[in-house]
Amino acid sequence: MEEPFVKTDIRKEENIVYKRTNLLVDRPLSYCPGCGHGVVHRMLMETLEEMGLQDKTIGVSPVGCSVLAYDFMNIDMLGAAHGRAPALATAIKRMWPNRFVFTYQGDGDLAAIGTAETIHACNRGENFVIIFINNGIYGMTGGQMAPTTLPNMRSSTSPYGRDVSIMGHPLKMTELVAQLPGTYYVTRQAVHTPSHVRKTKKALRKAFENQKNNTGISFVEVVSNCNSGWKMTPVQSNKWMEENMFPFYPLGDIKVDGKLVEQKEAVTKE
Amino acid sequence: MGELRLMKGNEAVAEAAIRAGCDGYFGYPITPQSEIMEYLMSEKPYETTGMVVLQAESEVASINMLYGGAGTGKRVMTSSSSPGISLMQEGISYMAGAELPALLVNVVRGGPGLGTIQPSQADYFQSVKGGGHGDYKIIVLAPASVQEMADFAKLGFELAFKYRTPVMIQSDGAIGQMMEKVELFDPIPRRTEEELIAQCPWAATGKPKNRDHIIITSLDLDPAGQERVNLKLQAKYRQIEEKEVLFEEISCEDAEYVFVAFGLSARICQKSIDMARAQGIKVGLFRPITLYPFPTKQIAALAKKVKGMLVVEMNAGQMIEDVKLSAGCSVKIEHYGRFGGIIPAPDEVVRALEKQIIGG
Amino acid sequence: MTEEIIIAGFGGQGVLSMGKILAYSGVMQNKEVSWMPSYGPEMRGGTANVTVIVSDERISSPILNAFDTAIILNQQSMDKFEKTVKPGGLLIYDPNGITHHPTRKDINIYSIEAADEAGKLGLSKVFNMIVLGGFLHLKPLVAPEFIHKGLEKSLPARHHKLIPDNERAIDIGKGLLKPLQVLN
Repeated sequence: MEEPFVKTDIRKEENIVYKRTNLLVDRPLSYCPGCGHGVVHRMLMETLEEMGLQDKTIGVSPVGCSVLAYDFMNIDMLGAAHGRAPALATAIKRMWPNRFVFTYQGDGDLAAIGTAETIHACNRGENFVIIFINNGIYGMTGGQMAPTTLPNMRSSTSPYGRDVSIMGHPLKMTELVAQLPGTYYVTRQAVHTPSHVRKTKKALRKAFENQKNNTGISFVEVVSNCNSGWKMTPVQSNKWMEENMFPFYPLGDIKVDGKLVEQKEAVTKE
Repeated sequence: MGELRLMKGNEAVAEAAIRAGCDGYFGYPITPQSEIMEYLMSEKPYETTGMVVLQAESEVASINMLYGGAGTGKRVMTSSSSPGISLMQEGISYMAGAELPALLVNVVRGGPGLGTIQPSQADYFQSVKGGGHGDYKIIVLAPASVQEMADFAKLGFELAFKYRTPVMIQSDGAIGQMMEKVELFDPIPRRTEEELIAQCPWAATGKPKNRDHIIITSLDLDPAGQERVNLKLQAKYRQIEEKEVLFEEISCEDAEYVFVAFGLSARICQKSIDMARAQGIKVGLFRPITLYPFPTKQIAALAKKVKGMLVVEMNAGQMIEDVKLSAGCSVKIEHYGRFGGIIPAPDEVVRALEKQIIGG
Repeated sequence: MTEEIIIAGFGGQGVLSMGKILAYSGVMQNKEVSWMPSYGPEMRGGTANVTVIVSDERISSPILNAFDTAIILNQQSMDKFEKTVKPGGLLIYDPNGITHHPTRKDINIYSIEAADEAGKLGLSKVFNMIVLGGFLHLKPLVAPEFIHKGLEKSLPARHHKLIPDNERAIDIGKGLLKPLQVLN
């Protein structure tokens, strides 16, 4: 008889250093290998588990690659129409003020078709968390140009690069919502290295802690890759993201405790 | 006897919603229905019953707020008028697909496009045939008085939760704006959190340890799964058609002719009946109260008894298609309509009966 | 008994509220009523009119093109509604600002100089109640105690101090009617 590949006798409590959080359903994620969604899902669910909020949380998933987020997150969830997650979350939170509510949205969903719902939910100061995954592209529909696509960046609907004189400029939603009085915490993070993952998780924790105090919107952007849509390997795409996305979408807090963070002076090399 | 008040149709539906234990209203101003949100804001139900009233940034946001609220088992409503209801169609389709209960009020105005703010019945097709995408139906109630605007708010919520479906009250600018005597029903208290969770086990209210997580969605990427969703919906619609038909017959016992009309048109036809009977014409009125489910069997039976039917609508001929499908070819059926906010006068309807049915 | 009435004038003359007080008084006396206004841009400074029906039976159409009574307060409304009075019906108008007086021979016609009188007495806010008083004198559809209740229900609480002025105006209206043409 063949020996089992994994010897079960090493799976002892004292040996376990890493395991699936109970708030993720035990099924394979549908995301491409190398994609940031899976990491953010995990950080989000870990945060809720650590805060003991499984029975008190109602999430809203978008239309986009994360349309099936509700299949992976082991909490009650609603799937919104494209762009409308903040409208759903507004009603849910207003009618269940003792529940924790979040939306999980991509850049096409949040920054294009759902711009009005995003801006107005932020401006009303609704008490929920918006998690905004920005990969500069429409992933699910096959890599079309998004409002966040960088200048000269190639996509399936800007095959020669985004010509801003014809196609318009990329939209920095996060900087935009930070200007609104209804946002309390606005930050931009990433999940491509362990240290960035830790920072993202800290930001998520802060966002849900804020919700306890009804402070208004906490808005967490995660700049992510889309190696499939960008036509790169995962490693290439992370490098490309650092070199191209981060200069345009700089990481860090934009608004903390209702106050805008002073922008660092741009350092110009001689 | 309940409390008597003189109220506009718009005010009556708003007051009745509060009394029917509504948890949340989400809307956007548009004539001729803005009094609904104005009334709710001035009554401040959030201070008495705890009902949420929120002015949204658009009709698109309103209907999606409804989707969010309904998905958590709350008793939610919105109201708008024709152009705004067009904007809501996507959300209505999603709610039908996700099987969510909600009350929608359409105070219809003339179209197409920006049209007019005057009353019309030109949204019959949109409401009854499924204005959005996909195979779905919503229950459509057509009030003909301010009293029914109030009563149908309560009935609408009951049907919405009984069948987990959006229910629309389709009135019009005249019924919204006019005042009549209303007898108000006694308030029903809003459900407690525990009652809601017990009554709506399907709702997303926060996952306790002892049940699976709940997913509210209209998406099923697997065609076989999506076909099952559709079959389930169709079975539900057959049940609604079987059990929930509402209609009214006036002076039909000895009638040789009948008017078939809903809402405001039916009120006008009642006056026309008095005028025609004074001239010796034996005419009655058949009024569908539920536009969906349509009173198909009742119209088929009536068609066998009378010499002709005049369908009177404030549109170019919409309900007449359902009347003809119900009655078959057994009897002469004609349409009389005015459009664009023009309301037919009672004597005009009598002349149309004489010309198109009796003399024609 | 069913009385079908059109009240028409300028926006701001209290046309709609006159109709509302009449209708609410009817409700208080447990009659069937309907109040159907013109609405929309027409209201904004232009003409305003309202159809009021008071009846002992269920009311059929709230929208009509022939009336038992027309109460007319400006020239545009005279031009539009004189012809809608049923033969044998009643037309009451305030001659203030009217240049083309009614000419129908088959209806009863009364004038009521309510605007002048209201101005003289400093009661211009309740001008419409003077007109209503004149109408109710000719057609006592509702009893005075129900008018009082109707006023209480129609006016917001902060205006309840004006109820005595309103009732005084109704009384004044009764004495101001001038019969111009009374059919046998």
